[in-house]
Amino acid sequence: MREELIVSGRMNPFIDPHLNIWHWQIPLYLFLGGLAAGILFFAALFYLRGKENEYRAAVKIAPMIVPIILIIGLFALFLDLKHKAYFWHLYTVIRLQSPMSWGAWTLMIITPLSFIWAALHIKEVFPKWDWKYQWLKDIETFFQKYKKVIAWLMAIYSVILGVYTGILFSAFNARPLWNTSILGPLFLVSGLSTGTATAILFSKNHEERKTFARIDLLLIAIELFLIVHMFMGFLASTQVQIDAANLFLGGPYTAPFWMLVVAMGLIFPAVLEALELIKFRIPVYIPAILVLFGGIMLRFILAYAGQMSRWLY
Amino acid sequence: MAVDTRKCVGCSDCVVACQTENSVPIGFCRDWVVEVTDGTYPTLELELRSERCNHCDNSPCVRCCPTGASHYDKGGIVVVTHNKCIGCGACIASCPYDARYAHPDGYVDKCTFCLHRVEKGLLPSCVATCPTKCMYFGDLNDPKSPVSIMLKNRKYKTLIPEAGTKPQLYFLI
Ligand code: SF4
Ligand code: SF4
Repeated sequence: MREELIVSGRMNPFIDPHLNIWHWQIPLYLFLGGLAAGILFFAALFYLRGKENEYRAAVKIAPMIVPIILIIGLFALFLDLKHKAYFWHLYTVIRLQSPMSWGAWTLMIITPLSFIWAALHIKEVFPKWDWKYQWLKDIETFFQKYKKVIAWLMAIYSVILGVYTGILFSAFNARPLWNTSILGPLFLVSGLSTGTATAILFSKNHEERKTFARIDLLLIAIELFLIVHMFMGFLASTQVQIDAANLFLGGPYTAPFWMLVVAMGLIFPAVLEALELIKFRIPVYIPAILVLFGGIMLRFILAYAGQMSRWLY
Repeated sequence: MAVDTRKCVGCSDCVVACQTENSVPIGFCRDWVVEVTDGTYPTLELELRSERCNHCDNSPCVRCCPTGASHYDKGGIVVVTHNKCIGCGACIASCPYDARYAHPDGYVDKCTFCLHRVEKGLLPSCVATCPTKCMYFGDLNDPKSPVSIMLKNRKYKTLIPEAGTKPQLYFLI
């Protein structure tokens, strides 16, 4: 039998008895980042394929909320900082080894892009919109000319942003649950899926909703595959990762994860979307909201569970 | 630094010395003592370890710091520059030894091997205070330093080397 005790009584707040340094701000930030990435990716994709009028909600309407989403996300990140007055140091260096650093820079690039994209479509979405000043109109015409370039940049940076939301966690080898490279693709796919859900919510066109329901079904299937893959990887790995997997296989996160994320956030909406496609009438917002809910839950549960997983010595 | 687990009696003087020397806020600590008991009575084996930041050679905390506040200072000592730290907590999450904490003032803090004392030629406060003299400090690249001599003559281990951080705190066993 072995017993390990800290006899000098270490009880550092947020560290002991297990790490608890990141609260709701970080998972919210990651969810909003993934959501923004999903919306912008499909906006760019359908625009570049010349389908902007068939997919109006995805290309023009949904991107209207992205600047707001990103600002809230950045604000959540700011709230997480404990030394707030010094936050500007984040933008004095680029440290490619640090996901926190290049992620912050990616946001610095994609946030203005999302503003430009929203500005380019605001007149079509709100016909009464008026820029009021001539110079604002000049800027708009300037960017109109380079819309293709902006769409390409958006497509590329949205993928980077989506992957980043996962890499922020997976770069930590100190937390075995996070330390899997599957998290990057998993969070990207989940972000894209929440993006399709938003497009479905905004769309009034039956054909558009159908296309997105199809895309979403595919994304959900990939997500389920990645989740199964992740657990297979853990269980075939070292003891610390087996312990990490056991948090979800009998441990405290078993019920929340399999019920809220997998059943309610993935399988249930997938079944509803499939039923809808074979002509059952189902209010579209139900699966869409479930997908968004599942996306939030996935990040919250992984953020909290990851902080419980550790290298015991 | 090397810590002799056979000489340590677990008195925790090193912890108090550090808290006093470095004005560590109440309720926090930069070093701590672990007691490991193996076996069942009456065949028990005891190991006592005074632990702190391992000043890793391949430290994830330096790697993941977005501002460069966490950095390698003189002699490979890992230090946080307080007024560059934004308190994002990435380094805290990245340390497999949980050696860091968030100071109530906002920045992240941890053991510095008492760099301010070492620069003046003094020993770190924990080393100087230990009543059993169980800690050895010095430059590992210098074969004549106390720590190099101890590591030459004794068996030692590091904690969870499999975490891949190349820890530089050695425990003599
Ligand atoms: S023990 Fe932790 S805080 Fe210290 S250098 Fe290693 S990783 Fe960084
Ligand atoms: S909390 Fe401070 S020292 Fe730690 S990673 Fe963030 S900026 Fe660097």
